[in-house]
Amino acid sequence: MREILTRYGRHNIGFLWLFVEPMLFTTGVTILWTLSKSVHGSSLPIVAFALTGYSSVLLWRNMPARCIGAIEPNLALMYHRNVKAIDIFLARLLLEAGGATISFVTLTLFYINIGWLDPPNDVLTVVEGWLLMAWFGASAAMFLGALAEKSELVERLWHPFSYIVFPLSGAAFMVDALPTSVQKLALYVPMVSGVELIREGYFGQAFRAHYDLSYLLGCCILFTLLALARVATVSREITPE
Amino acid sequence: MIVVDHVHKVYPTRQGDRAILNDISFILARGEKLGVIGRNGAGKSTLVRLVSGAEQPTSGTITRSMSVSWPIAFGGAFQGALTGFDNVRFISRIYQQDYSQNIDFVQDFTELGIYLREPVRSYSQGMRARLAFAISMIIEFDCYLIDEVIAVGDARFHERCAMELFQKRADRAMLIISHDAEYVRNHCNKFAVLHNGDMSLYTKFDDAYEKHMQNMHAT
Repeated sequence: MREILTRYGRHNIGFLWLFVEPMLFTTGVTILWTLSKSVHGSSLPIVAFALTGYSSVLLWRNMPARCIGAIEPNLALMYHRNVKAIDIFLARLLLEAGGATISFVTLTLFYINIGWLDPPNDVLTVVEGWLLMAWFGASAAMFLGALAEKSELVERLWHPFSYIVFPLSGAAFMVDALPTSVQKLALYVPMVSGVELIREGYFGQAFRAHYDLSYLLGCCILFTLLALARVATVSREITPE
Repeated sequence: MIVVDHVHKVYPTRQGDRAILNDISFILARGEKLGVIGRNGAGKSTLVRLVSGAEQPTSGTITRSMSVSWPIAFGGAFQGALTGFDNVRFISRIYQQDYSQNIDFVQDFTELGIYLREPVRSYSQGMRARLAFAISMIIEFDCYLIDEVIAVGDARFHERCAMELFQKRADRAMLIISHDAEYVRNHCNKFAVLHNGDMSLYTKFDDAYEKHMQNMHAT
C-alpha cells in the first residue's frame, strides 16, 4: 500500500511535497505570528510557540481531511479482495502522520541551527505528546473518513468545523494564560491536552502546563473503537465501481 | 471448488431496496467452465464481484476452496493515476510476487511499449483491456472470473487472450459472463441464464440460449 505514495506523481520534486507543504505552512504561520508579536500571554519564545502549536494542528486537521473521501478514488482497487477499506485509510494516515512528523522535526532542527530556537527541554515528553496527538488525529480521521462514506455532510461540515476548532485547539493560546474558569472548559477540547504536553516537553520549567492525559487517552480510545466499528461496516457495504 | 449458497444481493436505491440477485445457488468445481448469459442489468457483474469476494452478499454464503482471481474486466482493478508499470508493481506486491519478471511478461503481452510509463487513465479502452488482461495473467489462480474482457480490443488481442486463457490454462475453472452467446458456447461446458435476479442452470448450450432469447424478447 505504500504505492499510494505515487499520488504525488513523478513530476518535479514529487513526494517531497509531502513534507515541504506543511513546512511552508508552519513557517508562514511562524513568521506571521512573530511579526504580529501575537499575544499568547507569556514571555516564551514565539518561534517555538508557533512551531509546536501549528505543527500539531497539522496532525489533527490534515489526517481527517485526507481520510474523508479516501475510498472513492481507490474503488477500483477494491476489486482485489485483499485490499480493504482499512488498508486505504492506514496508508493515508501513515503518509500524513509521516509528513507532519518529518516537517516538525526538520523545522525544529533547522530553526535550532539558525539560532531562532533553543533545543527542546525534554525530547521524550515532546515525543510522547506528539504520538498522542498523532493517535488522536488518526482515530478521528478514520472515524470521520468512514462516516463520510455514509453521508457527504461529514465532508461539507469538516472544513468549517476544523477552522472553528482551530483557535480553540490550544495552538494559539496557553491554558496557563486563561482565567481559571475558562481553563477547565478549554481542557474539554482534547487537542489542548496534547499541545500542552508537547509544550511542557519543549519549554520545561519555563512553562506551566495544564493537561488531562486520561481525558485525551479516553478520547483516543473512544474514537479508535468507533472508527474500527464504522470501518468494518463500510467494508461490508462497499461496492467496487 | 466454489460453493454459492442461497445468495441474495440487495442494493439500496432512491425507490427503495432492489433485489439484484435472488436466492442464487451453484457449485463450480475445479476445471469447470461456467458461462453466464443475461440481459443488461440482469446482475451478471454483481454475481462476479460477489464470487470474487470484492463485495459481500446481503445474505447467503460463498465458500471458496480454491484461489479465485479478481473480476477480470476491461476497466477496473487499476489505480488510474498510476502508470501501467506501477500497477503491475502494486498488484505483484499485494499478491506477494516478484514483479521484475511480471513486468517482462506484461511488456511482451500488451505491446504497449512506452505507454506503460504513462498514467493508466490516459489509456484508450483497448489499451486498458490489454493491460488488465496481462496483469490478470501474471498471478496464477485456480479459477478465473471473466467479465466481458473480450468486448473490446481487436482480433489480435482476442486471439492472444484465447491462447493464454483457454490453451495455457485449459485446466482451470472459469466463470465467464458475456452478452456474446457464441463466445460462451465455444468456451464453456456449463451454462446459466440470469434474469430478474433468478438464475437457471443448463448443461446444454442450446437450452440456455433458447431461454436467453425468450428473456430478451419478453417485456
